[in-house]
Amino acid sequence: MSVTPESHSLLEVRQLSCERDGRRLFAGLDFELVPGAALQIEGANGAGKTTLLRTLIGSAGDFSGDVRWNGLPYPRALPQLREALLYIGHQAGVRRGLTPAENLAWYGAGRGEALLALEQLDLYGFEDTLCQRLSAGQNRRVALARLFLPKAPRLWILDEPLAALDTAGVSRLQGQMAFHLSRGGSLLFTSHQAVALAQLQRIDLAAYVPTETEEPFAGGAYAG
Amino acid sequence: MPAETAPTVFRAGPGFAALLRLELLLALRRSADIANPLLFFVTVLALLPLGVGPEPELLARMAPGLIWVVALLATLLSQESLFRSDFEDGSLEQLALCPQPLYFAVMAKAAVHWLVTGLPLALLSPLLGLMLSLPAEGYLCLLISLLLGTASLSLIGAVGAALTVALRRAGLLLALIVMPLYVPVLIFGTGAVQAAVDGYAYGAQLAVLAGLLAAAAALAPLAAAGAIRISLDN
Repeated sequence: MSVTPESHSLLEVRQLSCERDGRRLFAGLDFELVPGAALQIEGANGAGKTTLLRTLIGSAGDFSGDVRWNGLPYPRALPQLREALLYIGHQAGVRRGLTPAENLAWYGAGRGEALLALEQLDLYGFEDTLCQRLSAGQNRRVALARLFLPKAPRLWILDEPLAALDTAGVSRLQGQMAFHLSRGGSLLFTSHQAVALAQLQRIDLAAYVPTETEEPFAGGAYAG
Repeated sequence: MPAETAPTVFRAGPGFAALLRLELLLALRRSADIANPLLFFVTVLALLPLGVGPEPELLARMAPGLIWVVALLATLLSQESLFRSDFEDGSLEQLALCPQPLYFAVMAKAAVHWLVTGLPLALLSPLLGLMLSLPAEGYLCLLISLLLGTASLSLIGAVGAALTVALRRAGLLLALIVMPLYVPVLIFGTGAVQAAVDGYAYGAQLAVLAGLLAAAAALAPLAAAGAIRISLDN
């Protein structure tokens, strides 16, 4: 079931530029994310994909431009955003001393829900094995199992969700992404691979490399 | 598609009780981390009589201060790793992204830290008092003052651990940040035990220790939460 995106935008980014350690990564970035839409951020290593995601979740404060969630500007919108956000970063947030089922409980899932989610990622039978005994790919799947929990937040921001996954895992994940979009959720992710999704916009950060003449902005402030 | 079919907002993180349970589970699985401060505590206090001589009068005179100082160092020793693994595996960031205030997460971590270090230290202390020939009047006071005091130490130490979590080798820096804040707890803790040994009333010192604990419980998690957000923002 495909959905036409609504005109009301959830996440709105205007003239965003970010810097890291005094180096400007990109400038003049513009995009909108509406319910039911997906956005793939592309770019070379070091182009600022992760910095962009960390800016959007409110963890990196150094940016200039206008970022809004539900019409509210950052950082005022952050408490609202956090209620609707599911973020999976490079460090997956999987605690190695806990089992997969306990890890999902840490994210607020009941045991039954956790088992169903783990089963969908072929982790059935591993739910009570400590995560430190699982492989890197399996740990990645434990993190991604959060996407398969029944009560999912509306906005998914995923950093390289397809990394370290096998082909079966990739297609399973793509299916879940499509399902999330079909129920009106939104998705923003970075990936170097092509992802088959309807309603997919793609942004290449290479198109937003700042020109040398631009003055670097004074760091620290949320310039408006 | 109408808006009401959009996924509903839900509690994206663990509640306080769940957090407490899972943190405790994690701590109990890392049994070496629990044993280290306790072993340090017992070993140092067992070695002290060998160093300063076995005269009961001398040891009894020094026992309250010695037990308190070593308990403080043992707590400090275990504090560095409080947020370390959470920071490295990304779960600290996930906690910071939860809609619930970080205050409760820090409170849960400090509470678990106390349960696995401060509480066993306090429960072991009468035994070590015996080894240092602490007079019988001091035992109850030693136990109560350590129970109250180590809880404050766990909370205060959480601030230092949060400030230094992004640094690779934070041990000495952590000690420098946290030690001055430990001083009032140490003064009133040893003061209470000394008063008890000398046969005076020690209720006032214990009340001050309880007051320090109340202040630490109210303020330290706030400070630690702020420090975690700073540590994550780089």
